[in-house]
Amino acid sequence: MADLPPPVQGPTAKEKKYDRQLRLWGATGQMALENSHILLINSGPGVVGLETLKNLVLPGIGHFTIQDSQVVDETDLGVNFFLEEQHLGGFRAEHACNLLKELNPDVQGSFITEPLESWLTQPDSLKPYTLILAIAPVRPELLTQLQAHADQALAPLFYVHSVGFYSHFSVYLPPAFPIVDTHPSPETTTDLRLLKPWPELLEYAQQKTKNHENMAADDHGHIPYIAVLLHYLEEWKKEHNGEAPQNYKDKTAFRDLVKQATRTDNPEGGEENFEEAVSAVLRSLNPPEPSSTVKEIFKAPECVLIRENSAPFWVIAHAIGLFYTKYGVLPVPGAVPDMKARSADYIQLQNVYKSKARKDFAEVLESVRFLERNANRSTQIEDKDVEAFCKNAAHIKLVRGRPFHVVPAEGDLKWGSNAKSLVFLAWDKFTATHSLDGLAGAPRPPGSSEAELEADTEKVTGIALKLASDLTKQASYPVDQDDLDTVNSQIMELAQEIVRAGGGELHSIGALTGGIVSQEVIKVITEQYVPVDNTCVFDGVRSKSSVFRV
Amino acid sequence: MAAADVTPLPNGLEGDRTRWKYLDKVLDRPGPFTDPDSFVPGNHETLERAKVLVIGAGGLGCEILKNLALSGFKDIHVIDMDTIDVSNLNRQFLFRAADVGKYKAEVAAAFVEKRVKGVKITPYCGKIQDKDEEYYKQFAIIVCGLDSIEARRWINSMLVGMVDGNDPDSLKPLIDGGTEGFKGQARVIFPTMTSCIECQLDMHAPRAAVPLCTLATIPRQPQHCIEWAHIIAWEEERKDITLDTDDPEHITWLFQKALKRAEEFNIPGVTYSMTQGVVKNIIPAIASTNAIVAASCCNEAFKLLTNANPFLGFPGTDNYMMYTGDESVYTYTFEHQKKDDCPVCGEEALARPLEIDPEATLQDFIDSLAERPEAQLKTPSIRTTDKSLYLQSPADLERLTRPNLEKRMKDLTAEGEEMLVTDKAFPTMFKYVVVWKK
Repeated sequence: MADLPPPVQGPTAKEKKYDRQLRLWGATGQMALENSHILLINSGPGVVGLETLKNLVLPGIGHFTIQDSQVVDETDLGVNFFLEEQHLGGFRAEHACNLLKELNPDVQGSFITEPLESWLTQPDSLKPYTLILAIAPVRPELLTQLQAHADQALAPLFYVHSVGFYSHFSVYLPPAFPIVDTHPSPETTTDLRLLKPWPELLEYAQQKTKNHENMAADDHGHIPYIAVLLHYLEEWKKEHNGEAPQNYKDKTAFRDLVKQATRTDNPEGGEENFEEAVSAVLRSLNPPEPSSTVKEIFKAPECVLIRENSAPFWVIAHAIGLFYTKYGVLPVPGAVPDMKARSADYIQLQNVYKSKARKDFAEVLESVRFLERNANRSTQIEDKDVEAFCKNAAHIKLVRGRPFHVVPAEGDLKWGSNAKSLVFLAWDKFTATHSLDGLAGAPRPPGSSEAELEADTEKVTGIALKLASDLTKQASYPVDQDDLDTVNSQIMELAQEIVRAGGGELHSIGALTGGIVSQEVIKVITEQYVPVDNTCVFDGVRSKSSVFRV
Repeated sequence: MAAADVTPLPNGLEGDRTRWKYLDKVLDRPGPFTDPDSFVPGNHETLERAKVLVIGAGGLGCEILKNLALSGFKDIHVIDMDTIDVSNLNRQFLFRAADVGKYKAEVAAAFVEKRVKGVKITPYCGKIQDKDEEYYKQFAIIVCGLDSIEARRWINSMLVGMVDGNDPDSLKPLIDGGTEGFKGQARVIFPTMTSCIECQLDMHAPRAAVPLCTLATIPRQPQHCIEWAHIIAWEEERKDITLDTDDPEHITWLFQKALKRAEEFNIPGVTYSMTQGVVKNIIPAIASTNAIVAASCCNEAFKLLTNANPFLGFPGTDNYMMYTGDESVYTYTFEHQKKDDCPVCGEEALARPLEIDPEATLQDFIDSLAERPEAQLKTPSIRTTDKSLYLQSPADLERLTRPNLEKRMKDLTAEGEEMLVTDKAFPTMFKYVVVWKK
């Protein structure tokens, strides 16, 4: 009876359906998605917004709502996948909502057909939403209202354009948007502390390399490379006034020392563990200094002063900052890469790192509890959150969200520039100041009619060039005339290409941009990976993206 | 004539272009980057008449079919041999829970045909290898959304082989997309003119296999225990049953074996999900990344056929876009150079230098061919200019050459000798020249 294996808890139906994504963001990320309610304020041809939602409904956000007062017309059917012929004349929000809901029975969908302008006047209309996606064109005064809400409710706001072969989005994140689980690539994260070993690690190395000259070939070929390196580091230090290899020259000399210690009189003519040791020298013999990004987080005002209502991130960051001040290093993350070794030796080494990581974590946890008592915080931060922070302390990130720029009706621009973002601003300005004949109030994007194509191109180019020239006037440094000429001719081409589309979307560019925006939404909601800060443009002519901060 | 007498044409068909208003803007008007010599304003026919082949109806394929249909393509064919699994539903948006078990190509084609009026999608549920040159010749362009390197290499080599210098129609542009997690790539290939899939093979190096002796005697990682259960324990204890990685009973058996072995060696971390991941070699996949890569492929296909803007892949220009979404958004778009010694599209006389350990046995060398990024051959047959070193088939020749597997390379060939490698998975002959490893 005792030999019977425990019954297997196979995956649940949900785990099966979401298997391929749970391997990326795990159960906690999935839970965050399922607790979210996303608002899409749709306008224009409407493709990029619905394609974004498709990529969010599939992985299982909790709820979505589409606000769109437009009625389905013939042009929708040539560009939108989530509308059918039978929906002609009906509300776009309603039918798209129904077809999107079919994609995932676990997701709830709602729609609002009231025009944005009047809907926004209702009290608390934006309150239920975790995150808002606004699709251009949106009237500047309404966009300003959305920004005010994002500012006050700390709800992330995306503003998205998809026009012809170009697309653009800006995201307004809360002023402090910290991320612990940044998913750094495994190659960059190994932190072995070979230059700052603790007594148990040194003892392990001594034990494994004791009498190594007389070891049998098979034993010698299985000394874990970490023990090999630590052993020869001690040897090196004896010859160099107790100093470890300092610079590139020292390190290559040290590498040669290890290389020469490799036994070649065995049948293989070499040793894999020594090869591993040699190739790890340049990578691993670096002082475990935290990056400037991490040190800046320790100095942030939110980190310095912990209050009753500080976010858990800042409490833990403060505690880790104390740890860093005391020891000059971050807590040991505790992971050990795989290496040529016997099972028992490797597990023992893993435990040396794990015990140290646990000890460091315990110390940080103690500081966290102390800070909590001091600040009179009512709820305790969970141990596992502190532990996760300690493990990834070297890779935490802080994004300082800030409002993006709404085209001003009057007055000057006061921000950093990029030819592409200027052209989108010019497009917004044109659209906000032109309306379609007979449909008072409906915005008219440039290039929508053949007769006005040339005039519109000239106008948009003029607005963009004016924006650029205003910016150079404000610049605190002299702008080179050649640079200015290059920017100006770039602007002229970009303006011509964007007006060519006549405010229309190409399905592929809408779908591509919907893919990028949905990735960003997932990153923001799960608080994993690192989101765009704060503007991204995709150029479908050259198939290139660029990211900049405005 | 009174307006009422005109019979309106069915929506979306020839004549009434209202539906395609947005598309027509870029088809009717040139832009600042369009090449005036190749762009014909108002040409809708090229797009409508072009026959496009989509290979794969999975995560990328579903997106590609939708995008092409809404980019004005009317005659689309799709090949996929797979049936729908429940784990596809988180991204393959043309499939519903009720479709599980049906053929992907059929369900996807029917769905898009129903949703987008006027498009014809012809499915083929089977392997790309079932089709011959005659079949591939009918298409203007081929768009691939595959998860297998082998299938990509096969179609690449087929298309390169089809090129006839005297017949410009024999050159079929190949557009290929791939994703993993938040990353992906889209590339455009003009067979024989620009860098091909085989030229780019080393950009997609396979994961290094764990040595058998580690699995058998000194496991250290939970994955080692799972591989042990998969490769060794199953062979020993359930040899007569063919392992089906989709059978939960089989995965459960492997999981329990792996767990027990891990306990013996004090290795933590074996889970059911990890067992499944290792055994099936699962690559994480999400709708968003598929959307990006598939749409990029379709944007290139659209530009290529309409000349509405410059496209990737024109000889001498960028042909490869790499996308990374893990940290902010980053694209790297560049020209991957064609390789003169490419075994598929390079000059026929050229043999690639191949570094070989003279002390290694032929068996070791054969095993290494599977892992070398530039070779990736799992079932190679090997000949030198005057003798066969090892042949996988027919059975008689396999038996005859089998004793060579034990011999050392230095006793079978010599430095500078030419070596011909074939693999039943590819129609290509791989030509190498032996260079001894120092």
